[in-house]
Amino acid sequence: MPNTSRRDLVVGLFVLAGLAALAFLSIRVGGLSYKGPGGFRLYARFDEIGGLKPRAPVVIAGVKVGQVENISLGDDYRAVVEMDLDPGLRLPVDTSASILTAGILGDRYISLQIGGEEEYLRDGEEISFTESAVLLERLLGRFIHRANLQNGSTE
Amino acid sequence: MATLLRSIGAAAVRFTQELGAMAFFAAEILLAVVTPPVRIRPFLDELYKLGVLSLLIICLSGAVVGMVLGLQGYNTLVRFGAAESLGAVVGLSLIRELGPVLTALLATGRAGSATAAEIGTMVATEQLDGLRMMSVNPVHLVVTPKALAMTAVMPLLSALFIVCGIFGGYLVGVVLMGLDGGTYLTSLETNVDFVDDVLGSLLKALVFGALVGLVATYRGYTAAPTSAGVSSATTSTVVVGSVTILVFDYFITALWGV
Repeated sequence: MPNTSRRDLVVGLFVLAGLAALAFLSIRVGGLSYKGPGGFRLYARFDEIGGLKPRAPVVIAGVKVGQVENISLGDDYRAVVEMDLDPGLRLPVDTSASILTAGILGDRYISLQIGGEEEYLRDGEEISFTESAVLLERLLGRFIHRANLQNGSTE
Repeated sequence: MATLLRSIGAAAVRFTQELGAMAFFAAEILLAVVTPPVRIRPFLDELYKLGVLSLLIICLSGAVVGMVLGLQGYNTLVRFGAAESLGAVVGLSLIRELGPVLTALLATGRAGSATAAEIGTMVATEQLDGLRMMSVNPVHLVVTPKALAMTAVMPLLSALFIVCGIFGGYLVGVVLMGLDGGTYLTSLETNVDFVDDVLGSLLKALVFGALVGLVATYRGYTAAPTSAGVSSATTSTVVVGSVTILVFDYFITALWGV
């Protein structure tokens, strides 16, 4: 067994490593990261968010530029999504937001399509052009309904 | 028929007695924690024995479990075109279930059995009686630091196990299978909740640590003062400890939803 002071050092290192692992789990994995004050916030209203969750990524052209901070129900019974984006990101006012799915079973995320206006969205403003999540079951339902109608008209 | 009933009854009585004795023992440990003097030195020694010496097996097992999860998860998910969710599958199963449970099982085998053997040997060689002769409470000096150290060490070991597992999964999913590294970490990040998953996992590990500490010290303390007694204390620590962990795991999951 090593002498006492060396052993204490090893115990200290072990405790430190354990705490570092805990910190990694809470901050990097658990999403408890500290938010600096410089975060750039935008809001968007959607008719249907279909399983979008807080901390879902916000991407532009597939590159992550922020995350969903909060989702609440607005006065008009539409979902209000609060996004926390990289500070310094300049988005034209006619930028649109759509909720997409990564793969068929993947997670929902928000994709921003950049517009062409000269003016830029400021912190706390709302994106006016939004495209809701596509619900697979609703799409299927519509498809089946139409197929039924067509069958009915031919008979 | 009557003998069968009698033996069932006797077993039930023995079980209840054992449970009661264990509860008493736990109360004695708790009492020892709050009565001075505080034994820091034995506690640190136990942290070394239970924590540092278990580190290698914990990290190695964590990494391998993560790699297996990565491989199994990838092969299953890729059939549904959902390989992007690998991070979430590996991370959530490690954090919610496998991390605390497997760490506790490994710690029972590695550290719990050693603790029981050590205390059992002290019983067999009458060292605890010697302490009593010097009017030193053996529960205070020998048992409590071990039980406390086991409780304190378990969340740390479990966290290390999980982190190693996540990197094991990363190794297989990203390096071997060619999944995108960012996707792996993002799906992990978006699906793991701090309060529900991470805190719950720590809570589980803490409960398991206390249980293993209690079972190991109790078994050692009550060992018959013979070599056979010590060996049976060691064995029953592993058996009782493992079963207790699995049973409590079910109830913690059912009651607290972790």
